[in-house]
Amino acid sequence: MGPNGAGKSTLSAIIAGNENYEVTQGEILLENEDISELAPEERAHKGVFLSFQYPVEIPGVSVTNFMKTAINETRKANGQEEMPANQMLKVIREKSELLEIDRKFLSRSLNEGFSGGEKKRNEIFQMAMLEPKLAILDETDSGLDIDALRIVANGVNKLKSDKNAIIVITHYQRLLDYIVPDFVHVLYNGKIVKSGDASLALELEEKGYDWIKQEQEA
Amino acid sequence: MELKEKLISSFMAFEERIDVQSELHDVRTSALKNFETKGFPSKKDEAWKYTSLNAILKNDFTVFPKKDSAIEFNQVKKYFIHEIDTYKVVFIDGIFSSHLSSTTHDGIDVCLMSSALTKPKYKMVIDNYFNQIASKDDSLTSLNTAFACEGAYINIPKSKVADKPIEIMYFSTGNESALMVQPRNLVIVGENSHVQIIERHQSLSENPVLTNSVTEIFAQKRAIVDYYKIQNDNHQANLIDNTYVSQQKESHASVHTFSFGGNLTRNNLNFYHYGERLTSTLNGITIIGDKQHVDHYTLVNHAEPNCESFQDYKGIFSDRSTGVFNGKVYVEKEAQKTNAFQKSNNILLSDKATINAKPQLEIFADDVKCSHGCTVGQLDETALFYMQQRGIPKKEAKALLMYAFSNAVIENIKIPELKQRITNIIAMKLGVKLGFDL
Repeated sequence: MGPNGAGKSTLSAIIAGNENYEVTQGEILLENEDISELAPEERAHKGVFLSFQYPVEIPGVSVTNFMKTAINETRKANGQEEMPANQMLKVIREKSELLEIDRKFLSRSLNEGFSGGEKKRNEIFQMAMLEPKLAILDETDSGLDIDALRIVANGVNKLKSDKNAIIVITHYQRLLDYIVPDFVHVLYNGKIVKSGDASLALELEEKGYDWIKQEQEA
Repeated sequence: MELKEKLISSFMAFEERIDVQSELHDVRTSALKNFETKGFPSKKDEAWKYTSLNAILKNDFTVFPKKDSAIEFNQVKKYFIHEIDTYKVVFIDGIFSSHLSSTTHDGIDVCLMSSALTKPKYKMVIDNYFNQIASKDDSLTSLNTAFACEGAYINIPKSKVADKPIEIMYFSTGNESALMVQPRNLVIVGENSHVQIIERHQSLSENPVLTNSVTEIFAQKRAIVDYYKIQNDNHQANLIDNTYVSQQKESHASVHTFSFGGNLTRNNLNFYHYGERLTSTLNGITIIGDKQHVDHYTLVNHAEPNCESFQDYKGIFSDRSTGVFNGKVYVEKEAQKTNAFQKSNNILLSDKATINAKPQLEIFADDVKCSHGCTVGQLDETALFYMQQRGIPKKEAKALLMYAFSNAVIENIKIPELKQRITNIIAMKLGVKLGFDL
């Protein structure tokens, strides 16, 4: 969590390998391996996933075909065979049911003409398909109505295991009613300035960020 | 000798082989005269501002190849849509190959221009249609008319649906060190009839080829014509395609041009309207690189009320390749309630690649809907990052974006096997194998 302009989205973009940013100092360690020099797709192959705040529309490529390509490229990079078509269909069916996505939706062009909520739900669907080790959900809750929020949160909870980590960037405690965090970190001016458990989020909801800013400036 | 002089002087030799007493001969003579006066177009001509033939015309082209060469079907199978049964009209170095062809006179005529031009039973049709819509003014069309003797002749009578697609194929073998060919096609589609045609020019060697082709298409009342041009020739092949489409009321004529290969390609595509409530569709995908050049020069002449025309051209240019799109829509005073739409979308993948896009709308009617849109851009970086983030390598991500970019035109292909073929060629052009069938 953190106030606007604190650097939350920037940090996620850097971890995912967005080439618009240059890392001048430090390392990014994933399972003790420095990934800071890797291309975005190589990081993805190692299990980094970023749910975009503004998912990109790609007309002409269906959700299914996009997912097939993404999964098989990842498998190829990890020395695995392509996923057989019938298994692919089975996984797609399971994961779309998990996120209550209409099957018809999957043959539509990726994100094209999707509502804000549909785009976000589609991001979580992709996360479910790719099963990343580290997922960063950048304001996945913004633009969601209560029902969509419940579905997305439910999906995230089901995907959570002791083998992966999920970082949720949010401005609202509301999401945390559904997804109970193990840790809450507050980012301010590009630094983590406060850490705590779920109760910290409640405190922020009540008091805002001013007290943290004051603490920092003091 | 300059090619122009060579052509003019070889006309006499050509006359020895044909019937100089026929009316057709007058047509040829005046066409040759027009070519003699105008010569090959140069960059001084407004219509050829961005396309120069100079370098090509320096080749010492053989105008009449000596004799026919044989090719076995297996050598060239891959150029056909061999997954399905088709009629085939095949030419090797400009000469009809009965061995590779599969023609018919059963209900419909799919055969040779040379028979149509010489046999008495076709005389009426030739008198009514041959050179009726082709320009008498354009020098290259005239040049073709002067020498027109071979090509495909397709005549679908009233209320017939051609039971399978027709492939028109022109191979050049490279037996001549440089070859010029001038195919002439005539397509007549009767009232309520329907036909699908695929045309392809394919050079089988690295020797230079210059093709100056003229196709006349007549779509009668309520006829449906789908014409596909596959231009994926090797890098020494040059093609000037002059296509003229005449449409009667309520007909649907569409020409889809897929330009992936060749050295220089110029597509002169002209639609003329002779009835109300008809539809013209002009689609194109151009994906080129190196120093390739593709020029689409289109005209839709709206002369009657309540007609529609749609133009959608997508171009992807890499390296030092150059593209031209000049789309002219002419709406005559009588052509009220015209709907005319034109789109030219282009992606430049390198700093050295060029596209010259020029929409030209001349509208003399006052109650019309006409629009044009031209875009030139690069691939969307955010979209690339998004795809890479999901594990798709940059090269594949680019290919996927380019495929998506051309998709609207691909979706319009009505023959599934052809659609598959075009997508395969595109995937090959983009150098990728994607996780799904493109």
